[in-house]
Amino acid sequence: MNAHLAPKASQAGSTQVGPVLVVDGLIKDFDGRVVLDGLQFTLAPGQSTALIGANGSGKSTLLKCLIRLIEPSAGEIHMLGRDVCALSPRDLRAFRAQVGIVWQRHNLVPRLSVLSNVIHGVQARMSGPRAWFQALAPAAVRSEAMACLDRVGLADRASARVDSLSGGQQQRVAIARMLMQRPAFILADEPDASLDPQTGEEVMALLLSLVRENGLSLLMISHRLEHTLEFSDRILGLAQGRIALDLPTAQADAAGLRRFFDHQEPA
Amino acid sequence: MTTPTVPTTLAPPPRFSHRSLPEYVGILLVLGLVISSLMATAPALDKLSRGIARLFAPSGMLMQMFPPDFTRIVPIGWKLLETLQMAVAGCFLGLILAVPFAILATDRLSPHPILRQIARAVIALFRTVPDLVWAIIFIIIVGLGPAAGVMAIMVDKIGFAGRFFAEAMEETDVGPQDALRAIGASRMGMIVSAVFPACLPSFTATSLFALEKSVRGSAALGLVGAGGIGVDLKVAFDLFNYDEALAIILLMLALVIAVEQGSGWIRKKLI
Ligand SMILES: Nc1ncnc2c1ncn2[C@@H]1O[C@H](COP(=O)(O)OP(=O)(O)OP(=O)(O)O)[C@@H](O)[C@H]1O
Ligand SMILES: [Mg+2]
Repeated sequence: MNAHLAPKASQAGSTQVGPVLVVDGLIKDFDGRVVLDGLQFTLAPGQSTALIGANGSGKSTLLKCLIRLIEPSAGEIHMLGRDVCALSPRDLRAFRAQVGIVWQRHNLVPRLSVLSNVIHGVQARMSGPRAWFQALAPAAVRSEAMACLDRVGLADRASARVDSLSGGQQQRVAIARMLMQRPAFILADEPDASLDPQTGEEVMALLLSLVRENGLSLLMISHRLEHTLEFSDRILGLAQGRIALDLPTAQADAAGLRRFFDHQEPA
Repeated sequence: MTTPTVPTTLAPPPRFSHRSLPEYVGILLVLGLVISSLMATAPALDKLSRGIARLFAPSGMLMQMFPPDFTRIVPIGWKLLETLQMAVAGCFLGLILAVPFAILATDRLSPHPILRQIARAVIALFRTVPDLVWAIIFIIIVGLGPAAGVMAIMVDKIGFAGRFFAEAMEETDVGPQDALRAIGASRMGMIVSAVFPACLPSFTATSLFALEKSVRGSAALGLVGAGGIGVDLKVAFDLFNYDEALAIILLMLALVIAVEQGSGWIRKKLI
């Protein structure tokens, strides 16, 4: 069993103290058009946080800024104890390895086997041919990949080609690849968007179980009100480039959230 | 009820739209170019008919060609094998070397825009200069013989496959590449584990075309002295052994058809 997949009770000694993410004064503009206008928030570890906001409100931009897939224009980001904006290119790569991302599309390599795709996740910490294809991978990597696949319930499809799987299975393989990174923090950008409601729900439940059972932290964008209410501990609402709403999910009511799911910014 | 057609009072547009003056000038220029080119270079009809008559005369080339003379089939067969080996070796080296050139020439994979421009220029140069010219250049460098032919085929294939490999990599889905980049994978890891598998069918098709092209090309390379069956063909023509020349042409044809059939069969299996 792999340490990062073990129940969090067994990690008692290593509990992280302090916030896992601190964002302070984050600004992002595209050629003068301000999308994020001085964001400020803090996330505690081991929680699931839902990020909501109308189309074009900057949710995806925020997520990408957090690991500098998009360079922030100004502001500070501290994640997993690192000053993200100060990282050198080399350190940035090492830092990104600790952050798992689940995209709206699974972004797997369709012609390769499920196992090879999961093993690609090890490229976060290992390079060279051993990380390219399952046939070349060391035994330890192969068995860790099987454990990750088992975690998402797909160990029996290890040798299937990815393009022979259903959409929901593909998204779960993508999650297994992400687990292979041994992430401490998960970013998810509408992981349920291209799935039917039932399958989308299963994927969201899987992500939440990684928070509950494995102690990972999750920041996820959801465009479905029901999923936001069901799978998060806390809700952040983005509007006009600012955090316009921040409350525990238990205190949220559907009516108050609805404006963040409208297709236009409220007037 | 079928869908009701909306009655319209609009007349259809004119069959030919009006052309502006520059367009007329352009059309006239193109016509002038075609006509003057034909006048300057196309063979005169009387010359052509006299030549054809001579071809069919009892002492003419066509008559001399029949029946084809296969008495030297064994040495010719060996030269045919050498031709195929030149094609395979040159094609193999060219395909291998085309991969790094193609990576450097691909927008998203190239380490630097300047390297990309250089790689593109090299590929364009290799493509533009015909393989016979490369053969002459390599004969100067490595001397007469198959080695020059192999080099010529190799360079020609770097140009051919480099372009199509780069095009295939340019067109693949960027999602998997970006996902690997985002977890901190190396450029090499991203290319081998995400880009190559996606491009494999296209790479294979390009490689098979390259092999066909090499076999066709390698037969001609001997004409300038770069090894292979072309040398024998040239000698046969020079000595007026037209019947042996025909035998060589027929065997070359058989080889080209065999390779094309084989690669067509593989291509069908892969798709
Ligand atoms: N690379 C870019 N260049 C210029 N503008 C961009 C870029 N990326 C995003 N934007 C703009 O930033 C704004 C926020 O985009 P973003 O994708 O973050 O929104 P979102 O909240 O994720 O929307 P959605 O719900 O549609 O996914 C949009 O208006 C978008 O046009
Ligand atoms: Mg988005």
